[in-house]
Amino acid sequence: MIELLYSPFAEFDFMRRALVGVIAIALGGGPIGVFLMLRRMSLTGDVMAHAILPGAAIGYLFAGLSLPAMTVGGLFAGVIVAVAAGLISRFTALKEDASLAAFYLLSLALGVTIVSLRGSNVDLLHVLFGTVLALDDSTLLLLAGISTVTVLALAVLYRPLVVECVDPTFLRSVSRAGTPTHLIFLGLVVLNLVGGFHALGTLLAVGLMMLPAAASRFWSSDITMMMILSVLIGIASGFGGLLLSFHAELPAGPAVILTAGAVYGASVAFGREGGLLWLAWPGKHLEA
Amino acid sequence: MSLPSAAIRFDEVTLGYGRRPAVHHLDGEIAPGSLTAVVGPNGAGKSTLLKGIVGTLRPLEGRIRLTGASASDAPIAYLPQAAEIDRSFPLSVYDLVAMGLWSRAGLFGGIGAKNRTRIEQALAAVGLIGFERRPISTLSGGQMQRALFARLLLQDAPVILLDEPFTAIDAKTTADLLGVVRRWHDESRTVVAVLHDLDTVRRIFPQTLLIAREPVAWGETEAVLSAENLLRARRMVEAYDPHAAACERGAA
Repeated sequence: MIELLYSPFAEFDFMRRALVGVIAIALGGGPIGVFLMLRRMSLTGDVMAHAILPGAAIGYLFAGLSLPAMTVGGLFAGVIVAVAAGLISRFTALKEDASLAAFYLLSLALGVTIVSLRGSNVDLLHVLFGTVLALDDSTLLLLAGISTVTVLALAVLYRPLVVECVDPTFLRSVSRAGTPTHLIFLGLVVLNLVGGFHALGTLLAVGLMMLPAAASRFWSSDITMMMILSVLIGIASGFGGLLLSFHAELPAGPAVILTAGAVYGASVAFGREGGLLWLAWPGKHLEA
Repeated sequence: MSLPSAAIRFDEVTLGYGRRPAVHHLDGEIAPGSLTAVVGPNGAGKSTLLKGIVGTLRPLEGRIRLTGASASDAPIAYLPQAAEIDRSFPLSVYDLVAMGLWSRAGLFGGIGAKNRTRIEQALAAVGLIGFERRPISTLSGGQMQRALFARLLLQDAPVILLDEPFTAIDAKTTADLLGVVRRWHDESRTVVAVLHDLDTVRRIFPQTLLIAREPVAWGETEAVLSAENLLRARRMVEAYDPHAAACERGAA
């Protein structure tokens, strides 16, 4: 029985690589997801993930399924959409959610069109849903590099990020760090999505970011603890999802996200901080 | 404590949104170390005035300057009207109050033992001992206001701006927090507070600025809060005129 848990990884190189890949994604994506959630930008992450698609598609159009071309294309497209959506909401009457929705639809349509110009349906599926079971050395290095940069950058930006979430007016009154912090943070989001995109595809890349973060909210009301939990949940989901896909012969990327979804569902039901079970039976009230 | 007191100088200041003035033609000075109440009807431009002093809103015309405190790198501590804090954020009272150390600790600086003592003292001064580990989501309105005053204490700024600090706050808390305001005054900090309760203004604040889109009266509280002045302030129109022409005053 126990053997089922480790034998796929012991036997197959591609499973080991996939595991390393999802661990790297979880390390960077978890804390980013927590901040996205606390800044009420959960859907922004989703939009950015789609925004990467046309850029990656253009890279693909010129160079085929090449890692550097698609990475650079994705980074460019993500940054352009992040900045453009921010500018439109800041300088016109349109609110940020509406302008993001517009960008997300355009990006998805444009990306799918560009990929179809040259490739087959297999390539399209590859771009949309990733290839977690076919990670080569350079992709793994890219993923590990991105999570390293992310963790270091978050450590540096931690204080202004938190203060800007809690009390933006206060931060503006004591420091000019607010806007640069926000921009660097958006950059990190794009970077992580580009990394996640290689393994899980544009549509699911945001899954290992938001689902562990949302689940962790149900277990802790301390932000440090939430970040640690989100990383652990992400790693566990990656591990569980890969096993599930191996034994049940399911596609790997969706299996990973489904496992994360199961953890999220369990957290909603049983979580100590506002889970449904605790809401339904809170116990008798205390004396003070 | 001897701080370099700061004066706030207004040179024909007009503040507003778009081309619509919320306050116009404000000219004068809030003296260093003074305790000034800003009074006026709703929509008179009181909050706008404070935003202008903090610098989050640039004047349409004129200039607002701090004199005497330019050496200090965080000269102004500002308490906006309460609603702008994300109360659902998982943060403890201690951490919220510790934000006040920003000018000393900055982006990366540590908070040493000495500053921990300051945080304890600030919490004690506003009567929040025992609340350190409580998440801010569990605070009542009054407790939150006490925490924000503790944060202002830590900011240790020569100029302190308070925007309706006692709205929806009970008498006991108001009295405690007014004690903090008096202490700031005794330390010769320049304090400006937007208030609605004229009794409080008469009791505590020696100086008053009465505004209604433009200054109505400014000076000693008793003289400013005369029945005649208050009536004049009330008559000023709140709704703006959609066909308003460019203001000619001060152009000559």
